[in-house]
Amino acid sequence: MAEPAVLSEREQRILGIIETARSKRAKFRDERINMAHGAGGKATQTLIEGLLAPAFASEALEELADAGMVEVGGMELALTTDSYVVKPMRFPGGSIGELAVNGTVNDLAVSGAKPLALSLSLILEEGLAAEELKAEVEAIARAAREAGVEIVAGDTKVVERGHADGMYVCTTGIGLRDARARLSPAALRPGDRILLSGSIGEHGTAIMLARGEFDLDAEIESDTRPLWDVVDALLDAAGPDLRCMRDATRGGVASVLNELARASSVAMIVREGAVPVQPAVAGAAELLGIDPMYVANEGKLVAFVAPGAAEAALQALRALPGCEAAAEIGEVRTEPPGMVLVQTSFGGKRVMDQLVGDPLPRIC
Amino acid sequence: MRFVDEFRDPELGRALSGEILSLVEPGRHYKLMEVCGGHTHSIYKYGIDDLLPANVELVHGPGCPVCVIPMGRVDDGIAIAHQDGVIFTCFGDMMRVPGSSGSLLDAKAAGADIRMVYSPLDALRIAKHNPERQVVFFAIGFETTAPSTALTLKRARAEHLPNFSVMCSHVTIVPPVRALLESPDLRLDGFIGPGHVSTVVGARPFEFIPADYGRPVVISGFEPLDILQSIEMILRQLAAGRCEVENQYKRVVPYEGNLRALEVMAEVFELRPHFEWRGLGFISHSGLKLTEAYAELDAEARFSVPGVRVADPKACQCGEVLKGVIKPWECKVFGTACTPERPIGTCMVSSEGACAAYYNFGRFAREREVV
Repeated sequence: MAEPAVLSEREQRILGIIETARSKRAKFRDERINMAHGAGGKATQTLIEGLLAPAFASEALEELADAGMVEVGGMELALTTDSYVVKPMRFPGGSIGELAVNGTVNDLAVSGAKPLALSLSLILEEGLAAEELKAEVEAIARAAREAGVEIVAGDTKVVERGHADGMYVCTTGIGLRDARARLSPAALRPGDRILLSGSIGEHGTAIMLARGEFDLDAEIESDTRPLWDVVDALLDAAGPDLRCMRDATRGGVASVLNELARASSVAMIVREGAVPVQPAVAGAAELLGIDPMYVANEGKLVAFVAPGAAEAALQALRALPGCEAAAEIGEVRTEPPGMVLVQTSFGGKRVMDQLVGDPLPRIC
Repeated sequence: MRFVDEFRDPELGRALSGEILSLVEPGRHYKLMEVCGGHTHSIYKYGIDDLLPANVELVHGPGCPVCVIPMGRVDDGIAIAHQDGVIFTCFGDMMRVPGSSGSLLDAKAAGADIRMVYSPLDALRIAKHNPERQVVFFAIGFETTAPSTALTLKRARAEHLPNFSVMCSHVTIVPPVRALLESPDLRLDGFIGPGHVSTVVGARPFEFIPADYGRPVVISGFEPLDILQSIEMILRQLAAGRCEVENQYKRVVPYEGNLRALEVMAEVFELRPHFEWRGLGFISHSGLKLTEAYAELDAEARFSVPGVRVADPKACQCGEVLKGVIKPWECKVFGTACTPERPIGTCMVSSEGACAAYYNFGRFAREREVV
């Protein structure tokens, strides 16, 4: 064996080089867009941080939050936009139209803004059955009513057969920042508790099974729903002690935690055993070799709450219909910064990294 | 989940962890290799090395079938995928493995019709539905997946499907393990034997490890308790001065293997004289190709492929990392020329490879301290 002290010096130096390289802003160097750029993992991050954010140099965009804030005459408005390309268009528990409303209003809600209005763009494929279109328009209208938002502007385009897989939907949402909300990734403090509003992995698993690529049958429905009532209850219960929220869509809870750990330079520890997962979802994930922590949700949020208010916030969550399974799943720590660790149910610890590959394209 | 949770009981895990602690001699360092990528995955997923004493080190072996495919073969696959009328099919995790100029995922973005399948039979189904297209299946994996490729080929031949072929990159488990053991600087004390491969080949092919090289082997299952128990069994052998093949995974692995699967494989495949492994170089009789009777279903014969060998850079030291001779960070190119984004060697390709894990988790992979 060589001298341990010498080795450790060299190891330190190499780890230093890696850390410097990792903390540098991601560069977008790919020659073409591939499916991984849309998966919400490392490739998506490279695209956003390496190409889009620097090109627009907007302060609001730099935060990489779910919605950007615009000040208009003393009022703080939240603005967000999203496109929906889910395949298949209809799946157990929902459809593309319902998703297009809920996904966008949820991005506003977790930014602490009450959703007010949406715009709606439809890209329709030549040959789409009118019945299918009508069903989706009705789904959009119903979802908007339930979420308490109005559709105030719109656009339609038609593209040739073979170019849009039925239909794509784009919605843009505007909301008013709630006076109780003081939300920011920068507000995270060591000791803050991580709350989850319900069981995870249902949307992604439902889509996967609906595609019929696996010979698997299970009663799993997408969890798509608007989340403003959940945010409202949390703001009531925790007020300024509610530090930050994210809805755990593409890339799942794991991606949300990683994004925030990086953005805030804190560590997080998650107790795997405390994370609620429906038995059918756990079974399907087991068979398919997928970790539910990385599977998309469309009606679940992750909230960071100061320790003193965590219990009240959790009780407020559990009192809401659909959030009975809400749980405290972990907490914010200081070391190692930017990392998310999991205390496994089996007793070991491991790092829960950002998603690298693309487990399932076109989930929303 | 019944029949699963029983093998993940943390109480039993703690008890085994205590057993293991009582078996190790303080001051002695133990290096055990898990040969199979499936074990690496479980060890990582459940944080198993966190439950081991500091002087018991697990070394990730060469058993990740995706990581060992050399760049030249990925290039050949991409060349076939780009030919007119071809639908190229492969397992999802093969899509990201880099060739000399990009991966299959990049080739897909550049216009090649590359589809992810979950089994070779899915590829056969695509061939039936697209009679005007040529459908190629990129077959990879150890003896675990080779039988299903063999059965698919038998069916394709029986049904006279003219538009289906296989690019056979199957490998066998014993030659790379022997190659590691042949190394004069080997520092491994024992092996966690590959459970999935053994369901096909049985435990007998591993008898040479204790007989010729004096290292214990325990064929292991994939649940966390399986792995802890296998480690305990290896350490018990070492403590008692025993050295043999034991089968911890008896509920699945018959000592003689699956004779039916071995028969089908023998009918469809024969050994290549040699096959190149990423990071390990050429190993004799370690790869499979189609027999004469199935030659017409061989994609490499049906299509022209460059067949160019793309050498791993000389500086790559994956072989030594795999043998446990050096730590990932001691490799000359670690973290500089070789990173997870642009991997050179097998250990950096998969996120579970020893180097990628160390690159991503650095000191925390060892210290695992959270404050």
